[in-house]
Amino acid sequence: MTLHRRSLLAAPALLGAAALTHGAAAADPFKVGFVYVSPIGDAGWTFQHELGRRAVEAALGDAVKTSYVENVPEGADAERVIRRLAQDGNQLIFATSFGYMNQTERVAKAFPKVKFEHATGYKRAVNLATYSGRYYEPRYLTGIIAGRLSKSGVIGYVAAFPIPEVIQGINAVMLGARSVNPNATIKVVFTSSWYDPGRERAAADTLVAQGADYLTQHTDSTAVVQAAEEKGVWCSGYDSDMLKYAPKTHTTAVEMHWDDYYIDRVKQAIAGTWTSGDVWGGMASGMVRLSRFNPNLPAPLLGEVAAKTEEIKSGKLVVFSGPIKDQSGAVKVPAGKALTDPEILSMNWFAEGVQGKV
Amino acid sequence: MLDGFALLALLVATLRAATPLLLAGFGELVAERAGVLNLGVEGMMLVGAATGFIATAATGNPLLGLLAAALAGAAMALLFGLLTLTLRANQVACGLALTIFGIGLSALIGLPWQGTPITGLATVLWPGLDAASPLVQQFMLLDPVLWLALAAPLLVSAFLYRSRPGLVLRAVGESHDVAHALGYSVLRVRYAAVLFGGAMSGLGGAYLSLVYTPMWTENMVAGRGWIALALVVFSAWKPGWLALGALLFGFVTIAQFHAGALGLDISPHLLTMLPYLATVLVLVLISRDATRLKLNAPAALGKPFTATG
Amino acid sequence: MRLRLEARPEPSRAMLWLSPLLAALLAAAGGGVVFALLGYDPWAALGMLFLAPLSSLDGLTELGLKATPLLLCALGIAIGVRANVWNIGAEGQLTMGAIAGGGVALAFGGAGHWWVLPLMLLAGVAGGAAWGALPALLRTRFNAHEILTTLMLNYVAIQILGWLVHGPWIDPEGFNFPQTRMFEADALLPVLVEGSRLHAGFLLALLAVPLGWLLLARTVTGFRLRTVGQAPAAARYAGFSASGAVWFSLVLSGALAGLAGVSEAAGPVGQLQPSMSPGYGFAAIIVAFLGRLNPVGILFASLLMALLYLGGEQLQVSMQLPLAATGTIQGMLLFFLLATDVFIDQRLVLAEARHA
Repeated sequence: MTLHRRSLLAAPALLGAAALTHGAAAADPFKVGFVYVSPIGDAGWTFQHELGRRAVEAALGDAVKTSYVENVPEGADAERVIRRLAQDGNQLIFATSFGYMNQTERVAKAFPKVKFEHATGYKRAVNLATYSGRYYEPRYLTGIIAGRLSKSGVIGYVAAFPIPEVIQGINAVMLGARSVNPNATIKVVFTSSWYDPGRERAAADTLVAQGADYLTQHTDSTAVVQAAEEKGVWCSGYDSDMLKYAPKTHTTAVEMHWDDYYIDRVKQAIAGTWTSGDVWGGMASGMVRLSRFNPNLPAPLLGEVAAKTEEIKSGKLVVFSGPIKDQSGAVKVPAGKALTDPEILSMNWFAEGVQGKV
Repeated sequence: MLDGFALLALLVATLRAATPLLLAGFGELVAERAGVLNLGVEGMMLVGAATGFIATAATGNPLLGLLAAALAGAAMALLFGLLTLTLRANQVACGLALTIFGIGLSALIGLPWQGTPITGLATVLWPGLDAASPLVQQFMLLDPVLWLALAAPLLVSAFLYRSRPGLVLRAVGESHDVAHALGYSVLRVRYAAVLFGGAMSGLGGAYLSLVYTPMWTENMVAGRGWIALALVVFSAWKPGWLALGALLFGFVTIAQFHAGALGLDISPHLLTMLPYLATVLVLVLISRDATRLKLNAPAALGKPFTATG
Repeated sequence: MRLRLEARPEPSRAMLWLSPLLAALLAAAGGGVVFALLGYDPWAALGMLFLAPLSSLDGLTELGLKATPLLLCALGIAIGVRANVWNIGAEGQLTMGAIAGGGVALAFGGAGHWWVLPLMLLAGVAGGAAWGALPALLRTRFNAHEILTTLMLNYVAIQILGWLVHGPWIDPEGFNFPQTRMFEADALLPVLVEGSRLHAGFLLALLAVPLGWLLLARTVTGFRLRTVGQAPAAARYAGFSASGAVWFSLVLSGALAGLAGVSEAAGPVGQLQPSMSPGYGFAAIIVAFLGRLNPVGILFASLLMALLYLGGEQLQVSMQLPLAATGTIQGMLLFFLLATDVFIDQRLVLAEARHA
């Protein structure tokens, strides 16, 4: 009972003040742990999860105590960190990178009373839920923007690994771009790393040299939009609003908002109503959206994007609905049909117009 | 195939990728020529990258940033010198410790500066860079630090082979006892060489955080310090070969992204492996003959010097 | 009046024991200053760093787990350094051990054969030994220095692993993520403490400590190695082969690092990933020196190094102290140790007291 009263009375904590409040905690706050794959920094995948954690602290105040471990490599050490959090009394643990999947699964087995949430994975258990965003929905909209703004019709795409989550985004951009420019193409370069500014930069330079005049990325650093700003080509960022790194050329970014999800799940865990499952939030849920637009974008384009946004939210526009052809020109999704979630989740082919190998 | 413009862009990108390797590599070459093996290049580059970024973000002046980076690299080298030259501790162990220390220290001092946007050096020098035609852009991307790195082979060989201090430095690296007997201060020469190496490493690191990817992020040097060390060996301690090696390595890092256009259907991993295998091969070729090895590797490399009498 | 260093007539026994203590105290003091500057309570932070991981059974098992690869790699490196053979390539040898052992696991695991695990360990040892034999060959046959060749071969091994897990060995059901499939139960090392991750590889590493000590202190081979390392001329006179010492120490240290690699693959990781080690092979060089190239000393040094890693994580979990602060303290500890070590063999004297 006290927990609930406290959460109602608690004033929102100052952002970032979490680090300083240790020692002065209330009686038995509900402990929540977060595992981050990179340093928090100021933009990017991990930063968005950190915003979610801060939102939990702000919303639930003294009823919760959150902690995080940043820069945890996807390997043997990750398992120890997750175990450590479990042993330290954290009752709900968010593991925020695909590469923690096997480790989280093992720790979940060892700590049946602790609840685990693994981002972007596909292994679940009674106490291990998965969650992710339908990044491909806002991706489709950036495809429309790219198709309208690119003069050469060549979109450069810096991507980390050819896993389904990344391929969905590439195909969605392709479909969006071709919906307004049937001749648009995408050149893809894989960097084999989620976060490597040097390689991302080299990949971006390469794509511009090969004629791309719109850059986008499925990697976590700001190197790609910085390269675009330097070369004066349009770009859209990923994870976070990256406008301040490319004030002239950053159109918008595919942004993740974990705040509501994290707050809901923590509340459920406190109330004892938490159950395992898989949440895959789209634009309608607010989990994924477009960040603020560049003030230099033409008004008609903004209107077009706004209209399409509403169509996606209302379900009128389904991104992976036919007809869709693959790279060889063969029909992959016939007209009148749409891909099912399992088909999207195991996507391993490129749509027509994408240049590059899976 | 690549067209003319893409080829030019490939060349420019190669030069930019090679610049940090050239800077750090030539610093290490001079230190090793004086007989000091400093395995802490990675750590010095990181501290240089962080310090250079902080100074630039705080003052808005990238030149001050470069200066601060060189000084910070030299300060790290001074620490190494105190341990290995004055206290005669083991150079291999101290170099590795320097790298571990540098990774931690740079991350710590850079922590509040992560995510601070700064303007890249190219845009500072050419405010119209983003509006220029792609062709002109390629030339604007060739910044002064890059030219300095490209001039390093000429400057360093002129110093080593055409100047008296260079001769002394090589003498110290070949046989510190003889140099000492001739009245040269072995320690002073080695300190100077080690500090120069640190300053160059610092500059190489700052090239990454100020020019190549204008940002600070933990561990952003990403192994280039180790590559610079490898290149010094690859070069058999000869400036011309070091320059060639750095350019070759820069080319390989860039070419893997052009692989499709170049018609190369080869795993990037196998491609990345080539420079290291080439280094081993070169090492075998130059070392095959014991007398030729003596001509190449500084004979006193890694050995502590104790003045006797 | 100037201070200068002078060689002691014989190494100081007192300093041998005092220097690690002094270094730890200096590093703790330096660390306390860093913590205080960052606005944390230095006493609480230091306690968390050095004591918290030791206060639970789980912490102790994790300590052993983390120390295992460091210990194995450092033992081999130390034996080499005794013979003046410098193996900077433990990272690559560890990787090759993981590749060889992992290959066996992927090929034969899952059918329940009793021989899969022993064969994996053998393959891991052989893989590491082969990767150590290569620089030995280059040194003895072509005179190419092992510091440099072993350093280069690290990168070659890591790229081979990268190629395998991105290409031929990628998990066909893993949605293209660069890793192999998980090893089957028969290809995993047994766990020593129920509910922990501490595996049988730790016992093998512990076993290597007395064996290493016996080898160095009580066998002719050990005597020969030390002679080759300390007095090459005398060794030649006595007919001890320098080539033999190179081969012996590189193959042995490669084998130990390979065992570390396969233990990681068949232990905490349970599959092959693009990187099998967060730099154990390099950290082991420091461990070897911290342990004064003595197998028993290395056992303690590897535990201390592991403690620093775990304590750093603990600080992050409990006090949200940035990981970077711990990294800085690790670096300081090593520097202080290397600096204080100098006074084992040398002492400070006033320059005036010296005869020219």
